[in-house]
Amino acid sequence: MSSLYLARNPRVAARSLDGEMMIMSGRDSTLFTLNKTATVLWQFADGATPLDQIVERRICSRFDVEPAEALQDAETLARELASREILQLSEEPILPRNPVAGEPR
Amino acid sequence: MSSLLEEVSAKALKLNIPLSVQLDLTYRCNERCVHCYLDHDDHGEMTTTEIKHLLDEMADAGVFILTLSGGEIFLRKDFFELLEHARRLMFCVKLKTNAVLIREREAARLRDLAVESIQVSIYSHRPEVHDAITLIPGSLQRSLNAIRFLKSQGLKVIIANVLMTQNMQDYPGVRALAEELGVECTLDPTVTPMMDGNRFTVNLGVDQSALRQVFRDASLVGDVNEFCAIPAKPSENELESTPCSAGHTACYVSPYGEVFPCVQFPLPTGNVRRQRFVDIWRYSIQMREVRSIRVKDLTTCTSCTHVSSCTRCPGLAYMEGNMRGPSSQDCEKSFARTGVPSANMLEKKRAGINLVQIRVLPNMARPAA
Repeated sequence: MSSLYLARNPRVAARSLDGEMMIMSGRDSTLFTLNKTATVLWQFADGATPLDQIVERRICSRFDVEPAEALQDAETLARELASREILQLSEEPILPRNPVAGEPR
Repeated sequence: MSSLLEEVSAKALKLNIPLSVQLDLTYRCNERCVHCYLDHDDHGEMTTTEIKHLLDEMADAGVFILTLSGGEIFLRKDFFELLEHARRLMFCVKLKTNAVLIREREAARLRDLAVESIQVSIYSHRPEVHDAITLIPGSLQRSLNAIRFLKSQGLKVIIANVLMTQNMQDYPGVRALAEELGVECTLDPTVTPMMDGNRFTVNLGVDQSALRQVFRDASLVGDVNEFCAIPAKPSENELESTPCSAGHTACYVSPYGEVFPCVQFPLPTGNVRRQRFVDIWRYSIQMREVRSIRVKDLTTCTSCTHVSSCTRCPGLAYMEGNMRGPSSQDCEKSFARTGVPSANMLEKKRAGINLVQIRVLPNMARPAA
């Protein structure tokens, strides 16, 4: 299976509220809140770390879950977030094209 | 408000997070609107470095919605540098501007920086009326050109129309113009006193009969009977609730670094040039006092028929002398809606009768010459 890379979409607005991310879509100003797993994906979606590494290092170490199952769930979640233009996905590392690509707080 | 936004706001209130901040970058302006509440001279605006530092502090404090306003924001030469910094910190950025300085290039940059919305003040669809309010000939045409540039970039534009005696008859024209341009439109019948408390601008506001007309326009308020109905008695929960978001989940920062509960609530609570933003937000005595007020604590208003539906602004009440007291402008609005005088209006009327009696009595007591 090829690696999948995730990057935060620089067009969204985002802020952490009590450990969960609030995200406002840059497309239509829809507001989303991310659950704890999705928040982890968002925080480590730097465009350079493949999804399997994020799952192994950041999700399996925190949540009581089987690695293969966790990876499958994370990929489904990442694709869902990408369909809402919250994350960008690629099979290649994603270089920041936008000079103001945001940092999560 | 969407239910998720309500949920997020409730969480922010519980955690004492300033979810939303309006930051005025400058009070300088290229228009001279007759109703403006600001002193347009520069008394020492924050520098680029100071504002960037403040934005860092606000992001760390949890601020999510950042409204950049003024004065005219595009008069700051560093405006785009500040906006880039704000977006790098992932704020949801809303802009308020007269848009006179926005051309294709500026509109394209705003699109690239993914600004959430741009609110543009338009007072009339007729140049002779709009320009007589801004006191700048040609200003309507320039603002409308800018709205078209912004729309062509796919940006969300909101026309803000303040209702005054001067433009009272033109709001349907502004709404039609907004529809033609494909943008949202808001109408505000409140003219704010000057920041220094001077109330001459308030005289430009519309009178009772105009308010009654606006509040009975179904295209604005929806169901007129429902909107103008006399409200039910407040529940215990409503009496325990907070009057508005000012100081609770929102605040305002002036170009000089002063922090207030709201742009319309000029109670000084601290200055970010001397203190950390988050410390002012959490620990300022004034901010905590504002935060302590519940609807049940309001003087006069708790006994008022309108208490559960009134748009009472604590900032306007503060400018009248008591942040727990009534705001006369909102009393006027409640009266225009329901036809029932507010407790404050009745109290003033009684006081007026007493004053007449006091004036008359000495004359009556004077011995005949």
